[in-house]
Amino acid sequence: MHDWLERNSILLLIGILVVVAIGGAVEIAPLFWVNGTVEHVNGMRPYTPLELEGRNIYVREGCYLCHSQQIRTLRDEVERYGHYSLAAESEYDHPFQWGSERTGPDLARVGGKYSDEWHRAHLTDPRSVVPESIMPPYKMLGSTALDYRNIQKLLQANRRVGVPYSDDQIAHAKDDLEAQANPDSDGLEAFQKRYPKAQARNFGGDPSRVTELDAVIAYLQMLGTLVDFKTYKAQAPENRR
Amino acid sequence: METWAYEDVLAFAQSWGAVYFTVMFAVVLVYAFWPRNQKGFERAKRIPLDDEDF
Amino acid sequence: MQTQTEAGWRLDLFLLPLIVFLGFCAGLSEAALSPDPAMAIQGWTFAACMAFIGCWYLWMYSSRQPADERGPYTDGVIKAGVVAAVFWGIAGMLVGLIIALQLCFPHIFYVPDWAWSSFGRLRPLHTSAVIFAFGGNVLIATSFYVVQRTCKARLWGGSLPWFVFWGYNTFIILAGTGYLLGITQAREYAEPEWYADIWLTIVWVSYLLTFLGAIWKRKEPHIYVANWFYLAFIVTIAILHIVNNLAMPVSLLDSKSYSLFSGVQDALIQWWYGHNAVGFFLTAGFLGIVYYFIPKRAERPVYSYRLSIIHFWSLIFIYIWAGPHHLLYTALPEWVQTLGMTFSIILWMPSWGGMINGLMTLSGAWDKLRTDPVLRMMIVSLAFYGMATFEGPAMSIKTVNALSHYTNWTIGHVHSGALGWVGYVSFGALYCLGPWLWKKKLYSNALVEWHFWISTLGIVLYITSMWVAGIMQGLMWRAYNDFGFLEYSFVEVVQAMHPYYIIRAIGGALYLAGALIMAYNLWRTARDGEPVPAALPHPVSNILAGEAA
Repeated sequence: MHDWLERNSILLLIGILVVVAIGGAVEIAPLFWVNGTVEHVNGMRPYTPLELEGRNIYVREGCYLCHSQQIRTLRDEVERYGHYSLAAESEYDHPFQWGSERTGPDLARVGGKYSDEWHRAHLTDPRSVVPESIMPPYKMLGSTALDYRNIQKLLQANRRVGVPYSDDQIAHAKDDLEAQANPDSDGLEAFQKRYPKAQARNFGGDPSRVTELDAVIAYLQMLGTLVDFKTYKAQAPENRR
Repeated sequence: METWAYEDVLAFAQSWGAVYFTVMFAVVLVYAFWPRNQKGFERAKRIPLDDEDF
Repeated sequence: MQTQTEAGWRLDLFLLPLIVFLGFCAGLSEAALSPDPAMAIQGWTFAACMAFIGCWYLWMYSSRQPADERGPYTDGVIKAGVVAAVFWGIAGMLVGLIIALQLCFPHIFYVPDWAWSSFGRLRPLHTSAVIFAFGGNVLIATSFYVVQRTCKARLWGGSLPWFVFWGYNTFIILAGTGYLLGITQAREYAEPEWYADIWLTIVWVSYLLTFLGAIWKRKEPHIYVANWFYLAFIVTIAILHIVNNLAMPVSLLDSKSYSLFSGVQDALIQWWYGHNAVGFFLTAGFLGIVYYFIPKRAERPVYSYRLSIIHFWSLIFIYIWAGPHHLLYTALPEWVQTLGMTFSIILWMPSWGGMINGLMTLSGAWDKLRTDPVLRMMIVSLAFYGMATFEGPAMSIKTVNALSHYTNWTIGHVHSGALGWVGYVSFGALYCLGPWLWKKKLYSNALVEWHFWISTLGIVLYITSMWVAGIMQGLMWRAYNDFGFLEYSFVEVVQAMHPYYIIRAIGGALYLAGALIMAYNLWRTARDGEPVPAALPHPVSNILAGEAA
C-alpha cells in the first residue's frame, strides 16, 4: 500500500516534469538549428577587447533595464531608430541585451549618431546635455581606470561559449585594447588587421590612461554599425525566415 | 540528426506538438470526469477542513 | 510525544553542517584569492552567512531535543519564514519607491558619487527583493505549513527545512549585495551570477526533498491539490533556473560569467524562463495558497475539485509555451512568435477557471467578505488575478503588443498582478499564519481594514497611472505629423511621463504604508495578542503518538 502511495507522488512528479520539459523543448529546440541554416550576415565580427569591456560595464550598470537593443519591424521604429534588428546582429551577444523597456531610447543603432564629446558629457551628467533626461549620472566612469588585467580570460570565456576569437586575437587582447584606446600607439596597424574597420581613437578624453568611459563609449559607438544595409538584402532567400 | 534541416525540425515540432496538446488535454478531462475517481475527489476536497491541530 | 528525535546518529546533522562548512571555506577562499574586489566582498558575505548558519546549528542542537522537533509539525521554520517575508517585503517595496522617485526627481534621488545607488543597480534589487525574497519566503513558509497539515506528516529530513530557509535567505543576501556591487548576469529576474546560482540549486534540491518527503510519509491517501501546485512550482523553477543560468564563468575567482547561449536563442530561453517565473513562481506557487488558505479561512471546501484538476494540468501545460509573447516583432522566427501568442490567448481559460473555482468557494458564505477583512483580501487578490490574466492574453495579441511593448503599460500590468494578486494573497496568508502559528488572536481587525483600503487605493493609483502613461507613450512614439514625419522626439515622451511617474510613486508609497501597518499588526499579535484557548485533543497528535508508541 505504502509503495503505491509513493509511486503516486512520483507519478505526479514525472507528469509535471514531462509536461513542462516537452513544452519547452518543442518550442526552443528548433531554434538551435537556425544557425546552421541562416546565412552569416556580412560585417558581423566579435567585439574588440575594448568594446567587450564596455559591454561588460553596460551589463554591470543594468543599462538593459531602461534601454532596449532591438528595433522591431514597425514603421515608426524603423524611422526613429533605423533598420530593424537582424538575428545575426546579436549572434555574438552573451547574453543578449534586447531589453524589455524603453524608459530611455533604443540603442541598437546608437553607434555614430552622437559624438564622443556628447557621450562623455551625457554619461557623466545626462542633464547637462538633455535637461529633461531622467537617466542616472555615471560620473565615476571617467575617473575610474579600466581594470583589464583579465582581458585574455574574458575573450577565452567567450570563445568557450562559441564566439570565434582566433588564437591571435586572444594572445594580443591586451595590446589590442590599448591600441584601440590610443590611436598613436604602435599596435594600431596590427589591431586593425585583427578587427577590420574597428574604430580606434581616444574615446574617453583622457589620453593618459584607459578609463571605463573609453570602454563604454567604444561599445556604444559600434552598436548597430557592423552590418552595411546598403548591401544587405532583406528579401534574399537566406534572410527570409 | 545532423541531416535534419531547420524546416524538418520545425515541421516535426509543429505537427506533433498539436497532437500532443490534444492528447494531453483529453487525458486530463477523462481523469477528472472518470466516475470512479469522484469519491476520492470528494474526500480530498475536505482535507484542509479536517486538519485541525489545536 | 516523540516523533523524530532519535538519540543516535543523524545524517542531516552530519551532512548539512558539512555543506555549510564547505561553503564557509569556499567563501573564505574567494575572499582571500580573488583579484576582483567585488568578488572578494561576496566571498566574505557568503562566509559570514555560513558562519551564522553554523552557529545556529550549534545553538539549536546543543540540547537533545530542539524546540522545533518537539511538536507534531516543524513549525518554527514557518515562523521564521513569516518574519523574513515581512522584512523583505518592506525592504523590497521601499527600494521600489526609491527607484520610482528617481524617475520623478532625478536631481534629488540620484547621488553621482554613489555608483551603487543608480537606477540600473537598484532595479534588480527591487524586483528580486519583492519576487524572490518576499514571494519566495511566503512560498516556502506556506508550502511548509500546507504540506504538513494536508499530509498529516512532518517535513522530511530533520533540520533540512531549516537549511532550506537559511540557505535560501543566504542566496537573497548574496544576490542583493551583488547587485549593489554591479554583479549581474543582465538577464531579467535571473540576475544573480553563477556561484549564487549554484548555491540556489543546492538549496532548491533540498527544498524539493523536504517537501516531497512529507508527501511520501503522508497519512492521507490523497495528495491535496494545493500540494500539486507547490510541487509544480518547485520542480519547474528548478528546470528553468538550471537551463536559463547555464553560463561559462571567466574563472573560478571571477564573479563574471558569459551565458552559454547568444542572441536569438538566448532571448528565447530567457523569456521562456522569464514568463514561466511568472507562471510557476508567481502563479502556480500562490495558487497553492489559494487552494488551501481560502477554503480553510472560509470553512468550506473548494468549489469544484474536478475543476481544480483541470485547472492544474491545463495551466502548467499551457503556461510553458507562452514565453515568446515577450519577443513579438523582434528577430525571433515568426512561427515561434505566433505559437507564443496563441498559447498566451488560450491561457486565459485555465486562469479564469482557477479564479472562478476560488471565488465560488465562497458561494453561500459571501457575508464573510464583510466581516473578515483577511478573507476579503484573498478574494480581492483573485479578482486582480482575473484582471491581470485577462489583460495578459490581450497584451500578447500582436497588434496590441505593437503598442504596449516597451511602454509603462507593461509595468502597470505587472503590478496589477504583483500588488493585487501576489501581494494580497500573500498578505492574506500572513494574516492567517501569524495567529495560527503563534496561537494568538490577531491583534487588530481594524488595522487589517486600514491596510486593505490604503493599499487598494495605492494599487488603483499605480495601475491607472501606468496604463495611461503606457498607452500615451506608445501612441506618442508612433504619432506622425501632417508632413509624414514622426511628431515627437523621444525626450518629449519622457517629459510627458513626469506627472504619471509621480502618481505612480504615490501609489507605491501607499502600498508600502499598508505593508508597514501589517508588520505592526503581526508584531503586536505575536507579542501581546490574546492567547487562543488551550489545545484540545487533536487527531494529528493522536496519529503521531500512536505511531511512536
